[in-house]
Amino acid sequence: MAIPISYNIRNLKLRKGLTIMTALGIALTVTTAVFLMALLAGLKKAFMASGDPVNVLVMRKGSTAELSGGFDANLFPTLRTLPGIAKDAQGDPIASGEWVVVVVLPRKDGTGEVNVSVRGLMPAGLTLRPNARLIEGRWFTPGQREVVVGNSIHNRFSGANVGDNLDFAKGQWKVVGVFDSGGTAYDSEIWGDVNQIAADFDRQGGYASVYLRATDPVAADALKHRVSDDQRLKLEGTLETEYYEKQTSSGGAIKFIGTFVAIIMAIGSSFAAMNTMYAAVAYRAREIATLRIIGFSRPSILTSFVIEALLLSLLGAIVGIVLILPFNGVTTGIGNQLTFSETVFSLHLTWGVAMAAVIFAMIMGLLGGFAPAWHAARQDILTSLRA
Amino acid sequence: MTLTRFVTKSAFRNRRRSLLTVLSITFSLLLLTLMMTIWHAFYIDKGDAESAQRLITRHRVSLTEWLPGFYREKIRTIPGVVAVVPNSWFGGIYKDEKPENFFAQFGTDPDEIFKIFTDFSMPADQLLAWQRDRAGVIVDDQLAQKYGWKLGDRIVLKGTIYPVDLELTIRGIYTGPQPTNSVYFNQKYVEEAVPGAKGKAGTFDILADSPDNVPKVAAAVDAMFRNAPEPTKTESEKAFQLSFINSIGNVKVFILSICFAVVFATLLVSATTMAMSIRERTREVAVLKTLGFTRQSILRLYIGEAVLVALTGGALGCLLALGLISALSHAPGMSLFLSGMKVTPPTLLLAIFVAGMVGLLSAILPAYHAAKLDIVEGLRYIG
Repeated sequence: MAIPISYNIRNLKLRKGLTIMTALGIALTVTTAVFLMALLAGLKKAFMASGDPVNVLVMRKGSTAELSGGFDANLFPTLRTLPGIAKDAQGDPIASGEWVVVVVLPRKDGTGEVNVSVRGLMPAGLTLRPNARLIEGRWFTPGQREVVVGNSIHNRFSGANVGDNLDFAKGQWKVVGVFDSGGTAYDSEIWGDVNQIAADFDRQGGYASVYLRATDPVAADALKHRVSDDQRLKLEGTLETEYYEKQTSSGGAIKFIGTFVAIIMAIGSSFAAMNTMYAAVAYRAREIATLRIIGFSRPSILTSFVIEALLLSLLGAIVGIVLILPFNGVTTGIGNQLTFSETVFSLHLTWGVAMAAVIFAMIMGLLGGFAPAWHAARQDILTSLRA
Repeated sequence: MTLTRFVTKSAFRNRRRSLLTVLSITFSLLLLTLMMTIWHAFYIDKGDAESAQRLITRHRVSLTEWLPGFYREKIRTIPGVVAVVPNSWFGGIYKDEKPENFFAQFGTDPDEIFKIFTDFSMPADQLLAWQRDRAGVIVDDQLAQKYGWKLGDRIVLKGTIYPVDLELTIRGIYTGPQPTNSVYFNQKYVEEAVPGAKGKAGTFDILADSPDNVPKVAAAVDAMFRNAPEPTKTESEKAFQLSFINSIGNVKVFILSICFAVVFATLLVSATTMAMSIRERTREVAVLKTLGFTRQSILRLYIGEAVLVALTGGALGCLLALGLISALSHAPGMSLFLSGMKVTPPTLLLAIFVAGMVGLLSAILPAYHAAKLDIVEGLRYIG
């Protein structure tokens, strides 16, 4: 027969101080782990949401990022007339030749300089990114030294308000608008007219990338293959979603350090939990012997103490998750290995992260609780009663 | 029995508990020492003497813009400059795109690079062979070990920035002061294949005649090109490297919050143990008092006990950290930032001090209660 769980809950309540301290220790470990997992979840969200499944990104064969190299502008008309490209209201194909360059801007809070991506695009480039909405001002005018800035840039850098001038490349750029693309990587970019940007960075006569908007996801896939398979073009098509998926790898360093830190802290916390559970067993030696005499079997004693350890760690997990709640949605930036510039994303506490945290805590509880529970179940009844 | 011996005996009388507490503190302090070492390497260490004499010049707009190659000879005329060499990031793919197969590849000038990287060593005949073979490459010894490269082997780097695949022959294997995870080849080889790359350089590495002249040289270089179409930004090698670390995110806050969490968790563990062990000995305390021990001496006994346990854990943690860091920093293929990291004596002292403080703080409250205990009540106490 199993020992009721209420017995364990009452025991935890009885030794309040000890329970709270041990649970807090586990909670701190869980908080650290959750913090890192939420960072990674937020990063993934920022990049996953950036891609549009009907957009095809065309780059020179061999290029891994929009930043590396470019190709001749003469190829643009060929790309533009490929079948399967959606048409805008005027009946023109939605295709945009673009440049991405990196500039250094000082942070608003004065904590140093950060690399920022500047994207030069054609007016069609705005049409094929419908999730980028203006929240202030207007879009840039082609042929003018005007830029619009992403929401994260607007918030994090000085001189990024409508009416301000940003100083990069060969002079001043007037900020005429702020756009929001719903927390995606575009929010960390500055957009301007492609010809103006190319001229300022001495890159006329070519494009780093061409974006094509297909009529539907199937046409996008066909378009991608058509571009890649054409031997004369020497170009390669990628779905925009695939391109951004690859960029999530920039979280690699956080992932490595995070796993390392979480494991070491978990080992420390397991030892602490083990201590608490051994004390609980020692304290209740006579009680356990009595339970045995009443007729509870060794396995049920073992199970009962393991459950108590698991309850303790569950409490720790809940406290740990609650501790991280105020940080949910806090934004931070991360350097991207492919674009060399900073992408801003927010800490994102998902159900998956919370579940992983609970499982993580349970493992700690199990590691810490099993040996003491084993010890409790193996105790000699007579010696314990005499103690 | 002396008091020290009494403290030692009582600290370890419940062997299992003391062992678990010590281990728990050990792992926390291991993490704390690691974090402090990283902090030290990033923000306090000025780099070795050779590195402190080097500067890196890049395009003011960003690292991804090219500088004209003729800047090299102009920089050379600046007083205090001993040598200048161009370094261009190739960013090619070796074998496949997997991150473990990534290493840095630079196009440079074989005739002058070893005058600047004075802390690199390579046999003279290998240097000569490299200088004579335009399609030659020299590789880091750790990297050579990782891939099993030997002199005369051919490697292919698939270009991503440049539309060319480089076929290179290994002419030399160099040893840096720490693993560099890099290979160097002649930039002229790239320029021959890609006409657009001619007369351009990614960055310039400069050797100044003394570390004291570094800020002056940096200012002079930037002043020289201030009104040129391609303005420059020059900084010390250390500052240049730090800008990469800063791009990962707010590393300072990151490290500090981990340290804080670790110390607080250790404090909780230690306090729990002390509370348990002092409560168990309520009767003993009463006996000690009956024997004439004053409040102060009882307070001191228990605090000493906690500090002893915490210090043992701290010392073990420091030892583990020492071993782990020396293993990590010598492992081939470790990221560039962790390589060459050393635990310094001040870091160790600080870690031990933190451990001692944790022991002290954790014992104050339970020890105070014990010292205040009423003798008669304590004797009646039945656990």
